[in-house]
Amino acid sequence: MSIPESWYIVFATVLFCISIAGIFINRKNVIVLLMCIELMLLAVNTNFVAFSRFLGNPGGQVFVFFILTVAAAESAIGLAIVVLMFRNRRTINVGELDSLRY
Amino acid sequence: MNHATLQMACFVVFAAVALGAALTVVLAKNTVHSVLSLVLTFFSVACLWLLAQAEFLGLALVVVYVGAVMVLFLFVVMMLDIDLEPMREGFIRYLPVGIAAAVIMLVEMLGIIGIKAFDIQAGPNPAGESNIEWLGEALFTHFLLPFEIAALILTVGLVAAVALALRVRTFSKHQNAAAQSAVRAGERIRLVKMAAVVAVAPAPAPEPAKEPQA
Repeated sequence: MSIPESWYIVFATVLFCISIAGIFINRKNVIVLLMCIELMLLAVNTNFVAFSRFLGNPGGQVFVFFILTVAAAESAIGLAIVVLMFRNRRTINVGELDSLRY
Repeated sequence: MNHATLQMACFVVFAAVALGAALTVVLAKNTVHSVLSLVLTFFSVACLWLLAQAEFLGLALVVVYVGAVMVLFLFVVMMLDIDLEPMREGFIRYLPVGIAAAVIMLVEMLGIIGIKAFDIQAGPNPAGESNIEWLGEALFTHFLLPFEIAALILTVGLVAAVALALRVRTFSKHQNAAAQSAVRAGERIRLVKMAAVVAVAPAPAPEPAKEPQA
């Protein structure tokens, strides 16, 4: 194991910032927003894995395991909501979801 | 090229592929291309996790994410007939804002990382020979209750997804399982008393045989 830990942290930081920019740019498309959230979780998980390896503590990897579980459930429910939304409104454009405003 | 250099080179290659694919996810015009790039990102990051000797999680990422979640995404994207044009409005307008926010955050975070200067030296692999044994020991001793709760969360997620997307059609014929279970024997069969022998009327005279077909 000769890769410095800071490489992992810098990589995770860049990935996280890319997904932040993605949320700013694709603010109309729910599916791309969900994918950006998955990217964020991936960046955080990479940090957890790196710290777990370098500090020699299994807790970090166990935590990643739980994050994967919850993220899988989250994306399943999120996609079910997207399907439901499309069925009722014929669109998944976030800009048109303003029925609670009036 | 010695072992250490090879590992570093692999890290750089996989990290570059992952970041490039992540950029494609964010910038792609077509949502299907975004999903496929996300698959590539997950795959490259799984390789990075393998380089960090987290074998179980790397493989779990491939199996769970690439195998299940991304297929679900692809399925939904292809199933919905989405008009992408209105979705792209504001793309150019918010592009500078998004880039500025991301760059500012990146600089701040990198500043913190530079100040704290994480130079933890990697010791020998704490997992020893088997990563999954190391992980399993922690998971089934200290983290047993969270593990059970994770199973519960998955079940709730499954039921919730089905309940949300289920559409009961009123015009289709379907079984009513509750009524089936609640039925009693008396409602199923009706016993009728009747005489064992019934007087049969004499059979009618046989019809004349038909002409054989020509």
